[in-house]
Amino acid sequence: MTAIQTANQASIVEELAEVIVANKAYLSEIDGKIGDGDHGINMAKGFGRAAERIHGKEMTLDAALLVLSDVLMSEIGGSMGPLYGLMFEDMAGALAGRDTLDAAAFSAMLNAGLEGVRGVGSAEVGDKTLMDTLVPAVGAFDAAQDQGFAAALQAMVAAAEAGRDSTLDLVARIGRASRLGERSRGVLDAGATSCCLILTTLAGSIQRRMA
Amino acid sequence: MQRFINNPDDLVDETVAGFVKAHRDLVHLDPANPRVVVSNAAPQPGRVGIVTGGGSGHEPAFIGYAGRNMVDAVAVGELFSSPTAKSFADAIRAADGGAGVAVLYGNYAGDNMNVKMAARMVAKDGIEVATVVANDDVCSAPAAERAKRRGVAGEIFMWKIGGAKAAQGAPLSEVQAAAQKAIDACRSVGVGLGPCTLPGVGHPNFQIEPGTMEVGIGHHGEPGTRVEALKTASEVADDMLRIVMEDHALPPGSEVAVLVSGLGATPVNELYVLYDRIEAGLTAKGMTVHKALVGNYFTSLEMVGATLTVMALDGELKALLDLETASPAL
Repeated sequence: MTAIQTANQASIVEELAEVIVANKAYLSEIDGKIGDGDHGINMAKGFGRAAERIHGKEMTLDAALLVLSDVLMSEIGGSMGPLYGLMFEDMAGALAGRDTLDAAAFSAMLNAGLEGVRGVGSAEVGDKTLMDTLVPAVGAFDAAQDQGFAAALQAMVAAAEAGRDSTLDLVARIGRASRLGERSRGVLDAGATSCCLILTTLAGSIQRRMA
Repeated sequence: MQRFINNPDDLVDETVAGFVKAHRDLVHLDPANPRVVVSNAAPQPGRVGIVTGGGSGHEPAFIGYAGRNMVDAVAVGELFSSPTAKSFADAIRAADGGAGVAVLYGNYAGDNMNVKMAARMVAKDGIEVATVVANDDVCSAPAAERAKRRGVAGEIFMWKIGGAKAAQGAPLSEVQAAAQKAIDACRSVGVGLGPCTLPGVGHPNFQIEPGTMEVGIGHHGEPGTRVEALKTASEVADDMLRIVMEDHALPPGSEVAVLVSGLGATPVNELYVLYDRIEAGLTAKGMTVHKALVGNYFTSLEMVGATLTVMALDGELKALLDLETASPAL
């Protein structure tokens, strides 16, 4: 298969929440090395609450993403609340009215999500933020689109992981860790790591449904 | 970790619940949003509203500064995490007396984003918003990049001045200008002797080795910009004053307001030990202390350490600083 239905896919967001909740301690640990150690807690709280609200409901993927977005923006706050909240809101917007999620729809969704983050944040690639994962991942997906949806998802996952790992050797230029200068080097960025989890989990969920 | 905690997830809600009960003569919860604390004096028709907000764990900041002639409404975030845009927006609505609202907050990525989004939300309600972003923490960026500096305890002076200006009936642009002038006149530095622990994490998010101290530490346990051997109180006080005054460049004869705040777990008596030396140092430089605040005014959970804030005063700031106020923390 080269596409999935968007109807009745709340479970994709539940699977996303499951992974974030499972990585709560890990995300807080890496955040704690150069930030304040709350990334995992707040992410798990937001994703966990959204999962509770959509559990067992018949919802399209975009409707479920909107629930997640709403929880992040109206109940979680921090900097990840608005960044991921807007990303998921704009991803949902790109899916609205589409019955199938194919490579073109997923590309539209990714690019809308990226624009959503850019609308509120000011980070660029190299600043040691989630953009180091998101920007190359979106680019890799688009570049591999003509090889088919599954191959493009693979390319996206590889680029997301490489992007996440690239933050290890970066010096933070934005956000709380930026005040540490050189001392921020040698630690993965928590946002880049959670963004990688989000993208790889999304890819896995879609691939399993296409298999 | 020995702490008075039920479920870590409920900590913020329980803090706010206890706070509004204990200070019901001054503040109440916004009926529309349990993460907004409103002064009983707000809103004041025809006067500019004052709003702030920030992560929890800094008590008595931020909620403790809601009150008469101070802050009208405070948005409450998770521990060390910015309030939501919705909470900032609801705080702005609660503070609005029809003359616009000044949002006076600290320079953090999350707060910047959420306040920006909140201002957009309330624009639909026709509420005019002006913002002032505090950036008084000297060690968080060099002087040439002052816009990148964090906001710390100097925010208290910013709220005091902004609140007083609004109380005098000044229009939004003048309230904003006065609050900006206040924070521009502030320089702060923090020294950490021991880390703090987010209850949900369960272990300190950084270490301070015994016998050392972190100079330039942030209000959220952001590690300091340098680690040194722990010195005597007088030597630490001299260091703090030097860092602040080198950035300030005030002429002799200046009048100042001084705030020495504990970070949560430092005994209050030690803050007075620091203050004794700090005032002596200021006097030696030919400065006069017009007002001193010493105590736990802006904390970071149970961090061991202290911050020093020095605000340069002129006639206007002095008069606004001296205007009577009533809030739980000041």
